Amino acid sequence: MVEKIKHHLTPEILMAYAAGTLPEAFNLMVASHLSLCDTCRAEAASYDALGGAVLEDTIAAPMDMASDSLEATMARIAAGPVQERAAPGPSDSILPAPLRDYIGGDLDQIRWRPVGMGVKQAILTTSRSATARMLYIPAGTAMPDHGHKGTELTMVLQGAFADEDEYFGRGDVETADTDTQHTPVADIHEDCICLAVTDAPLRFTGIIPRLIQPLLRI
Amino acid sequence: KEKCNGTAVWVAQIERVRDNKDRQAFAELFGHFAPRVKGFLMKSGADAALAEECAQDVMATVWLKAHMFDPSRASVSTWIFTIARNRRIDILRRERRPEPEDLPWGPEAAPEQSDVLALQQECQQLGNAIKDLPDAQRELIEKAYFGDMSHSEIASETGLPLGTIKSRIRLALDRLRHVMK
Ligand SMILES: [Zn+2]
Ligand SMILES: [Zn+2]
Repeated sequence: MVEKIKHHLTPEILMAYAAGTLPEAFNLMVASHLSLCDTCRAEAASYDALGGAVLEDTIAAPMDMASDSLEATMARIAAGPVQERAAPGPSDSILPAPLRDYIGGDLDQIRWRPVGMGVKQAILTTSRSATARMLYIPAGTAMPDHGHKGTELTMVLQGAFADEDEYFGRGDVETADTDTQHTPVADIHEDCICLAVTDAPLRFTGIIPRLIQPLLRI
Repeated sequence: KEKCNGTAVWVAQIERVRDNKDRQAFAELFGHFAPRVKGFLMKSGADAALAEECAQDVMATVWLKAHMFDPSRASVSTWIFTIARNRRIDILRRERRPEPEDLPWGPEAAPEQSDVLALQQECQQLGNAIKDLPDAQRELIEKAYFGDMSHSEIASETGLPLGTIKSRIRLALDRLRHVMK
């Protein structure tokens, strides 16, 4: 893989993805990052293995199956496989397959909404427990300064942004939580496109963002 | 017999199901894994009837997708765990689970036997290492997988501070990594 990713997902997030306990929006973030990052893909596989070991041998007692359970299962097998949607494969798009799947196409299918200062966003449809959105930040533009009530993960898909003294390029994920107050600024060379997920509304310090926040669902 | 080389035994059973549609091999897989999957789903909040239904469904998937199992990448229990986990998200939450895109180098040839052996041994080691964890650490790892709970939800259930839970899980993972080296 050619990507040189420096900022990865945390062990907590990767483990929760393997355990299947993340909100859908966060699953989408993890699946998108793993599509670009072999390091995290391998780490996620090790947490799958941990899940297998827990299933195999655990203090949680196995539960007896119904007496006709095996016969019923053979009948299911005889009924044949259920139809499954084919997962989209790799392409030239800057969007990894799971993201194209949620968008229903490539970049040109995204329905951007302006949120001020040239910044645009598009909310993706996921369960309500967390929010996933695409962000379009013109080159050189700063996001409004804000803090967080929960966890926010932002992954760069095109361009780059700087936050304090850290630099985030394609595939890099910035993890922000309740302690983080920040003003990410898009790199001057190219418009920045990101996937961002949040499990709680952001806290904006300025009065205007706070007013529009419920409308934008950010 | 299962204790010393359990993971390799299950791989052989899956291959018999895949190659010969071997009902005896499947019955043995079923006897071992179906009750574990059912227990897993009930721990995650499904009632007995739903867990029974789902466990049957998971085991049917094992038969129908036996050709997709790659023993150089996962143990049988890991593979079945991922099927059960995805089913749980589907049934209990009615959500899709986004998966990463396929690796660009595409479908591989039959895995090397040495890779299979190495991976299966590692999984066996991991299983043993978990059993050797201090109870408090092992229980939190199990909670993280069994319950459909975030760390903060585990905190409110166990009454432990979130920081303690995170550091115990970290400690457990460090210990496991150390053993696996
Ligand atoms: Zn990574
Ligand atoms: Zn932020």
